[in-house]
Amino acid sequence: MGSARLYAAVAVGGFRRYATYRAATVAGVFTNTVFGLILVYTYLALWDERPHLGGYDQAQAVTFVWLGQALYATLAIQGGGFESELMERVRTGDVAIDLYRPADLQLWWLAGDLGRSLFQLIGRGVVPFVVGVLFFPTALPDDPLLWLAFLVAVVLAMVVSFAIRFLVALSGFWLMDGTGASQVLMVTGMFCGGMALPLNAFPGALGEVVRQLPWAALLQMPADLLMGEADPLSVFAFQAGWAVVLLGVGRLVQSAATRRVVVQGG
Amino acid sequence: MGAFIELDRVEKVFDVRKRTGFLKREVRRVRAVDSISFTVARGEMVGYIGPNGAGKSTTIKMLTGILTPSGGRLRVAGIDPSRERMRLAHRIGVVFGQRTTLWWDLPLIDSYRLMHRMYRIPDARYRENLDRLVELLGLGALLDVPVRQLSLGQRMRGDIAAALLHDPEVLYLDEPTIGLDVVSKARVREFLRELNAERGTTVLLTTHDLQDIEQLCSRVMVIDHGRLVYDGALAGLHEAGGGERTLVVDLARELPPIEAGPTARVVKVDGPRQWLAFPASESAAPLVARIAAEYPLVDLSVREPDIEAVIAKMLSSMGDASVPAPGRETVVPGAQSS
Amino acid sequence: MGEGGRTAVGVRAYWLIAGMWIRSTLAYRVSFALTALGGLVVTGLDFVAILLMFAQVDALGGYTLPEVAFLYGLSATSFGLADLLIGSAERLGRRVRDGSLDTLLVRPAPVLAQAAADRFALRRVGRVTQGALVLGYALVALDVGWTPVKVLLLPVMLVGGAGIFGAVFVAGAAFQFVAQDASEAQAAFTYGGQTLLQYPPTVFGKELVRGVTFMVPLAFVNWVPAAHVLGRPQPLGLPGWAAFVSPLVAVACCALAGLAWRAGLRSYRSTGS
Repeated sequence: MGSARLYAAVAVGGFRRYATYRAATVAGVFTNTVFGLILVYTYLALWDERPHLGGYDQAQAVTFVWLGQALYATLAIQGGGFESELMERVRTGDVAIDLYRPADLQLWWLAGDLGRSLFQLIGRGVVPFVVGVLFFPTALPDDPLLWLAFLVAVVLAMVVSFAIRFLVALSGFWLMDGTGASQVLMVTGMFCGGMALPLNAFPGALGEVVRQLPWAALLQMPADLLMGEADPLSVFAFQAGWAVVLLGVGRLVQSAATRRVVVQGG
Repeated sequence: MGAFIELDRVEKVFDVRKRTGFLKREVRRVRAVDSISFTVARGEMVGYIGPNGAGKSTTIKMLTGILTPSGGRLRVAGIDPSRERMRLAHRIGVVFGQRTTLWWDLPLIDSYRLMHRMYRIPDARYRENLDRLVELLGLGALLDVPVRQLSLGQRMRGDIAAALLHDPEVLYLDEPTIGLDVVSKARVREFLRELNAERGTTVLLTTHDLQDIEQLCSRVMVIDHGRLVYDGALAGLHEAGGGERTLVVDLARELPPIEAGPTARVVKVDGPRQWLAFPASESAAPLVARIAAEYPLVDLSVREPDIEAVIAKMLSSMGDASVPAPGRETVVPGAQSS
Repeated sequence: MGEGGRTAVGVRAYWLIAGMWIRSTLAYRVSFALTALGGLVVTGLDFVAILLMFAQVDALGGYTLPEVAFLYGLSATSFGLADLLIGSAERLGRRVRDGSLDTLLVRPAPVLAQAAADRFALRRVGRVTQGALVLGYALVALDVGWTPVKVLLLPVMLVGGAGIFGAVFVAGAAFQFVAQDASEAQAAFTYGGQTLLQYPPTVFGKELVRGVTFMVPLAFVNWVPAAHVLGRPQPLGLPGWAAFVSPLVAVACCALAGLAWRAGLRSYRSTGS
């Protein structure tokens, strides 16, 4: 019970820390809104040419854009959460201190990152979403249960996102420079996460593959759930499955990294 | 020669915005530098000290042209720093103690080559200056080493050399010995003394280390709450602050408190070790001689008063009760017992 | 020192500092090669997204793939040039916060030149290369009757576009003197602008097109001059000669951005924050 309280405190700390960056939050809201506008117009043109592309109608495509902008920072889809800090600690060797802390490394960072995610959901997600809903035709459900299920899916997406970035951060134990890993994170997040184009609009076999990857759990699955295009239980199962697999791999890599630090003497 | 640095009622006023509620903000006007006047002659070596936030760095930033004064008149080498920042840059050298200007991933010499070209130093003079600085600062073996591999002390010496390649007439040093070990500190001080003596370079330094001042500066300026509260010799500062030094005496055995004349008094006894406070302006020699003649002396050492404590004491003796006494009080035992 | 002398000193200092950064980068050759290659892939992905769209449709906003590729190539190349040369100014807010701006102010060179050259990243050549490749494809694939004027317009567009994007970078940096944490807002105009210009103006709402024509005149990077090359009507019914004013727009933008930068630097030097 004591450790649960510890991680709750870490999560609150993560929330508070990001809440202090007010100007950055306002700037982020502005930028997400502008990008949303640009994407909405291109998608409208695309769905004009091909109605029902990927099974979406125009209103659903628009909704997908604004959900993407709302969840962009929350899910750190192109990076931007705890991972750069952890990579820096790995680079400077400060991570040795973390490893000897009585708290678990993975849970510690997970708690902090969930706190950040929650803040950015409120601080950076709500405004662009509301702007989008007010000015463009969207497809949102009336059923409060569906909204509740959507929130559950978003929390699961936060965990999957964390698990991916935890692995990227730990790569720093073996790679000299974190720039490359961050780049991979940006590419996969943008492309496989559906920020460039909804995954259901990807053609042929590429679409089949990309919809099974963990990045599909971030934006695509919760969006489909909310718009009634996917069954909540199978969404949860998909997300939870990837979360368990990736967190498990993260544990293995973490223990390998710990051995490495111990062998090198910190 | 006339004044090289001239400040006439120079002021710097900031508006500090503080968030008091979710949207409410409070704007407070702060006088970081409040009507300061002084002059420094060419070739002087001056210590500029004061508690944190007293206005030291703000003054230095105005002198180097980084900040524009809110009022008053300021000249360095006849130049108005804020108006002719780039012209001034050719004539001053600046070392920020905690921030290196050297190129992190490149060998030390590369940073010097950049200075050579950026400051348009004539080739012959560059080579001559580089040779001299490398010799005096002991940089010979370090020139081909990437800066990130240098120790703090080596990097500081490297930074000082970088600031002097273009023969500046004045050198500003912000905490030049902070974080350095004893040997590095001594080396930096030794170099600055020689620079000042042989090249006549004017030096203005801020520091928290009283020994920097004692070993280098004939003149000290103390700033507090944006005002110049003292300008004179270091000995005078001790007097103004009622500064006391401490003689730590180790006797052969436990003895009653030493009686050693009218100006020294025992402030603490711990077994065979005794602490005696005496005025900082007096020499320790007669006191030591007297004790050695009458007591079984094993060992002794003199402890200097802490700079912040001296300043705090001086300020409180001036009746400024609003200033809390900072610093490590253990270093001035006299202050505890009285 | 006159304005001209100041510029000369600035350009010289810029190349000196940029040269140092290039040498720093090359100290880790493998890492540089990997990140440059990675950068090429990263920046190319938004074009892959466009290809994916055209896998399902024949036209977007009435523009064919080669036409969109033409817009994309112009936008990406001129943005890449601006980003390569002056994109580092984006870090200004961080410099103000950690106090390292002060070290630039004691050097005998204009601060803007030093800030722009700071951390000069050779890997940004990747964006320019990738944009140029797409532009090359478009030139081959386009079905356009080339006239000398149209050919001449190509380099004019790239230089003018780089100038306009450069002005946006400088103006954004100037804004950070006031709001140090707001560097992300700049991305809306730089990266956002670049993305916007990759698509035809016919895709977007009138108000948005008006905004990027008259308020932040990004439309002059490619939309307006490209309309002449592609033989399409000008957006917003602009007159035909508008296709040739991009360089003038760029000069005006740079002048305004320069004034904003001066005001920002002056405010920093008088407030110290």
